[in-house]
Amino acid sequence: MSEVSTLDAHALRADFPIFEQEFHGRPLAFLDSAASAQKPRQVLDAMTHFYETSYANVHRGVYELGERATIALELAREKVRGFVNAPTEREIIFVRNATEAVNLVAYAWGLANLGPGDTVLATELEHHSNFVPWQSIAKRIGARFAFIPLGEGGELDLDALDGFTDANVKVVAAGYVSNSLGTINDIARISSWAHAHGAICFVDAAQAAPHRTIDVQTLGADFIAVSGHKMVGPSGIGFLWGRTELLHAMPPFLYGGHMIRHVGDQDTTWADLPAKFEAGTAPMAEAVGLGAAVDYLTGVGLDAVEAHEHRLAAYALGMLGEMPGVELYGPPADKRAGIVSFNVFTTSGELVHPHDVAQVLDLDGIAIRAGHHCCQPLMRKLGVSSTNRASFYLYNTADEVDRLAAGIRRAQEMFA
Amino acid sequence: MTEFEQMYREVILDHYKNPRNHGMLDPNDAHAEGQNPLCGDEVAISFRFEEDGETVADVGFEGRGCAISQAATSMLTERVRGKKISELAALPKEELLEEIGIPLTPVRMKCAILGLGVMKVALHRSKGTDLPDEWAGLNIS
Repeated sequence: MSEVSTLDAHALRADFPIFEQEFHGRPLAFLDSAASAQKPRQVLDAMTHFYETSYANVHRGVYELGERATIALELAREKVRGFVNAPTEREIIFVRNATEAVNLVAYAWGLANLGPGDTVLATELEHHSNFVPWQSIAKRIGARFAFIPLGEGGELDLDALDGFTDANVKVVAAGYVSNSLGTINDIARISSWAHAHGAICFVDAAQAAPHRTIDVQTLGADFIAVSGHKMVGPSGIGFLWGRTELLHAMPPFLYGGHMIRHVGDQDTTWADLPAKFEAGTAPMAEAVGLGAAVDYLTGVGLDAVEAHEHRLAAYALGMLGEMPGVELYGPPADKRAGIVSFNVFTTSGELVHPHDVAQVLDLDGIAIRAGHHCCQPLMRKLGVSSTNRASFYLYNTADEVDRLAAGIRRAQEMFA
Repeated sequence: MTEFEQMYREVILDHYKNPRNHGMLDPNDAHAEGQNPLCGDEVAISFRFEEDGETVADVGFEGRGCAISQAATSMLTERVRGKKISELAALPKEELLEEIGIPLTPVRMKCAILGLGVMKVALHRSKGTDLPDEWAGLNIS
């Protein structure tokens, strides 16, 4: 890399109205973007503008307003297509969130393609969203459900794949970036293994898409799932990308209006992609907002976002790593995204429960996550019931990491 | 009082660091345990009854989790000795929350009343006392 992309987080903060208020008398240090990101004015304005000037139901009205709404929705789809470099916008399916995208494929593809004796392979690092749907579908079918274990240093033990060579693995479901440890998984290797063994590779990219460039034509995945709300877009919209041939071969997931070609008295045929998987009225304004979010992130530059978060995570890991009584989880800085999970102990070695840590930090205007992060299998592996998690985005600053460290010390003193 | 002091009053920290009635009674006449799946709080409570079978003679609890959950359970156990079982089964959560005396968000409310729910389930199981629906959804075994 000849030139490191940069961004000015202090300047970008001005785009986010949420930072105009104080919490407990302090500026908001929002370190929970891995759960959901804050929204820039550009996204909010785009949605308001759509509602005020272009709102009607899409794909139906002959009148100009309906046409305007349809164009806005399809423009958003085209932006999303470009965002992940999909070969065609027909492969972009709008859904409610990444979880719905997983369920769509687990049900529609899984029920049609899995059988008893097959294996569904997830990972021990997975968020429940890419774990429970597969586990449940496997159980329903009588297929085996297994997962790639977490190895040393907070990374998946991909050598364990060798143990599944003869297991009739039909799908490997893996997250691109762990929401809990920040681990960046080797999707190239996972998908190569899957394809070499006759399986498809489903990638939960909810924690990756907001923070790094994704090119589905080189990633190796057959499907990716993304939530809009984590990438400065509105809640209530996300998207599934899938290969045309797989989407064509799958039955629909949700049935109803818009997804049909012809409805007979007894039988119905399905619309083309993407409509086949978009039953009912689309989240139209949300799609417009997602399109604006894509524009916003593209304008800042995903490479700059990734580099910025990496610097913050490395800074936080360095600072917290030197504090007595702070236990860090996950891989070294060069192998993780902008997520830092940790636990806090007093000088006498007593755990300060993450909820207490988070509460003390909240009173200082610092928002972090405390809990199992929807990763109970991972928590069991780590031998903890919960952790604290600080996650960084383009609007976070090194100063907020300093405040985090000071808050942790305060919690240690209070519970000493 | 600063907000810090409000949230973690000295009495809360004292109960958390020095829990009263700590340790399960063995043998006991009633016991139950429960978890708060949100933050992994765990509480187990045991009771011994007087010969009349209607009055609590002794109580002991164990648990781990956040300060609010453990302190609230410790405070609860200080109120139960010599009390009628029927009275405890009907103890409204407001009474305990008043003693805890700090503002609680809905999430932390679940931490604060975990021990109370476990007690009600234990009494319900051993004595058949009423268990209103609001307690039935707790993750208690």
